[in-house]
Amino acid sequence: MIALNINGQVHQVDVDPETPLLWVIREWVGMTGTKFGCGIAQCGACSVHIDGAVTRSCSVPVGTVGASKIVTIEGLSADGLSHPVQRAWLAHEVPQCGYCQSGQIMAAAALLAQNPKPSDADIDDAMSNICRCGTYNRIRTAIHTASASAS
Amino acid sequence: MTIDRRSFIATSLAGAFSLSWKLPASAAGPAEVGIWAVIYPDDTVVVRIARSEMGQGTFTGLAQLVADEMDADWSKVRAEYVAPEVNLANKRAWGDMSTGGSRGIRASVDYVRKGGAAAKAMLIQAAAAQWGVPADQCTASASVVTHAGSGKTLRYGEVAAAAAKLPVPSDVTVKKPAEWTIIGKGVKRLDTVEKLSGKQIFAIDVQLPDMLNATIAQCPVFGGKLVSFDAKAVQAMPGVRQVVAVGDNAVAVVADKFYQAKTALAKLPIVWDEAGNGKVSSETIAALLREGLEAKQAGVGLAQGDIDAAFTLAATKMEAVYGTPFLNHATLEPMNCTAKVVGNTVEIWVPSQNGEASMAAAAEAGGVKLSDVKVNKLHLGGGFGRRGQQDYVRQAVLVAKQTGGRPVKLIWTREEDMQHGFYRPIGQAKMSGAMDASGNVVGLRMRIAAPSIVANLIPSALVNGVDKIAFQGMNPDEFGYMAVPNILIDHAIRTTSVPVGFWRGVNVNQNTIFMECFVDEMAHAAKKDPLEFRRAMMGKNPKHLAILNAVAEKAGWGSKLPDGVYRGLAQNCGFGSYVAAVAEVSVSDKGALKILRIVAGTDPGYAVNPDQIDAQVDGSFAYGLSALLYSENTIKDGRVVESNFDTYQVARMADMPRVETILKPSGGFWGGVGEPTIAVAAPAVLNAIFAATGKRIRQLPLKDQDLRRA
Repeated sequence: MIALNINGQVHQVDVDPETPLLWVIREWVGMTGTKFGCGIAQCGACSVHIDGAVTRSCSVPVGTVGASKIVTIEGLSADGLSHPVQRAWLAHEVPQCGYCQSGQIMAAAALLAQNPKPSDADIDDAMSNICRCGTYNRIRTAIHTASASAS
Repeated sequence: MTIDRRSFIATSLAGAFSLSWKLPASAAGPAEVGIWAVIYPDDTVVVRIARSEMGQGTFTGLAQLVADEMDADWSKVRAEYVAPEVNLANKRAWGDMSTGGSRGIRASVDYVRKGGAAAKAMLIQAAAAQWGVPADQCTASASVVTHAGSGKTLRYGEVAAAAAKLPVPSDVTVKKPAEWTIIGKGVKRLDTVEKLSGKQIFAIDVQLPDMLNATIAQCPVFGGKLVSFDAKAVQAMPGVRQVVAVGDNAVAVVADKFYQAKTALAKLPIVWDEAGNGKVSSETIAALLREGLEAKQAGVGLAQGDIDAAFTLAATKMEAVYGTPFLNHATLEPMNCTAKVVGNTVEIWVPSQNGEASMAAAAEAGGVKLSDVKVNKLHLGGGFGRRGQQDYVRQAVLVAKQTGGRPVKLIWTREEDMQHGFYRPIGQAKMSGAMDASGNVVGLRMRIAAPSIVANLIPSALVNGVDKIAFQGMNPDEFGYMAVPNILIDHAIRTTSVPVGFWRGVNVNQNTIFMECFVDEMAHAAKKDPLEFRRAMMGKNPKHLAILNAVAEKAGWGSKLPDGVYRGLAQNCGFGSYVAAVAEVSVSDKGALKILRIVAGTDPGYAVNPDQIDAQVDGSFAYGLSALLYSENTIKDGRVVESNFDTYQVARMADMPRVETILKPSGGFWGGVGEPTIAVAAPAVLNAIFAATGKRIRQLPLKDQDLRRA
């Protein structure tokens, strides 16, 4: 059994420690907000926070997580809307299909936690998640809005 | 028209699974007023949606069309899908469910608006009857009916039950554009909130009691077959339940969890029959296309004047060959479908661009009657044309037939998705131009050699062997240079083993690259400004010209740019809309391209939601620039070489230029929005690269090209 601290709750899971954290979150714990896109840490759809650092969970063996605190999109804010990034995403109507947005929001939240006033270049560097609908410009605008609202 | 009301309401409630809203707890007695709207006592109006939402905003746009005609209070409007089986049981009362070709809005506008207008007439009639006054003394606004004489009012929620009992009028007229109050407004999407919290359930997220998970391997060589597999090698692995053949070309592992199925499948010994296609490569395909460029026989898309005479008499003749690669759609949500087969019934949970086609595929694969299939449509994690095909639905049902009634969720790995697509056709085009001594274009010839989507997917739609879709954007009613006296555009179909399909923007994309880059070549050869050069050919195409002029003006075409920054432009008409773009780029001494700014114009005739059109146009550049900069599927040993986003790169944040959109709906027609502007992304940038470097890039993508100055 492996004990996982997800969104402040400890889950006991009976799973091969080599299993990627993504699939443990989705299939063993049953939380599906974190998405599968590529399986090789390229697209970022599976982004979660591990001890505050944005991490592509598809490439993290669950056995290496230990007692670290994992936060998924479901745990970013109590009501799913009140984190400054979520509010800015709503204000700018960022999502189109929405499939990548859990990962985008987690990446943006981690960026702002570390760098409350990111420049466009900082955003280019930090936000490498793939969006096939092409919401990048609205993501950029929304990050600046979230940055302003949080200060 | 008779509607099966029981199944309607049953679906309305059961369908809540796929919705991003919750039925009001106190709601008693929702009433169907006509077939497009369900009204609750608290005035909530639920608009039925037949098309699929894959990000393009149609779910909201169609609701706007109905709600406006109803004069509903938009703040209380929601939307939900009509189930395909309910459509079937009611003689397709909700029409076509196919969602592609940028048709979601424009092919629905007539009947959905009439549906809204009919509902409004019924609500007014019901209120008038309750008051004992003539209906024509009553008006409606924001979900309230008012009697002019007495000032009495009734809310829609109060009269919906009575209105629902009235016959649906068929002789309604829709509003004039000047009367619109919700159409034309950039109202908020109806599907945003759940996409911010992880609560949106995509098909890949479906969880059912007793559900198994599966993943699949299809013969890596196109056209090949499954010979055998050694199930014993993986049967004892954790979670593995079954290893099953799927049709004649695939094998799936069924396990408790997807990740267990994937792990086992990777270890499964499989023998394939390559069906003689194992030697197909990008090189053999390129040779086939080169031959097609010179072939005598080709289907004609556009011919006017005497092309041979024009070239004989021309002062200047030019020729250039362009090429574009196969492209995978790469929807971020990989192909998946959940299926449950019990007795002679099939139920599926599917992200489909065509719910009815999914139903038909499920019936066929399940060997059951169409009426014994239930389809749960879920919002798509990207579609781009890929999810109009139903291969993954068939497979899910074939697997579920073998699991003793337990539901199975089939998920493709990214690698499977990348290597088993319906690719944008590879293509080459030989462009030829003839100019007189003054540099006026007197002849324009375009020979396309490419696989045909129609021949692959709907061969019955070939017209005397000609694929009409091959000429998208170049058809006589779309082509912007009809003032050129002599034109010949034709297409030699060259078929390979690689399946081709509809890819967002379809053939308009390649055709516009070929044409707009070559026109730019001619302008430079004639030593003319590319904008003026185009204008001279657009005398018969005022709508094309108007949007081209609009982007040129906003971009400041002709004005001085900062040192090292260069402009390029492109225009076209596709999917019923007129579009143009100006790109500003810089290219460093080392050949590093930076796309700094895009000005993109669209005239879709009428605009339903300007904010969502802005989003579509902006996003379309990410799709078009992905194809320009990075994306390419190459073929070796009969199979696709690229396997994931490491080898098939797409545009990311750092690649994305600022996109300034111009929306100029000129009225009188309904054009598409999701696709048209993709086509001008690549040629505008390529033409700007030429301005910057003097290099004419004729083969995409740019990742393989040296952009250092010539």
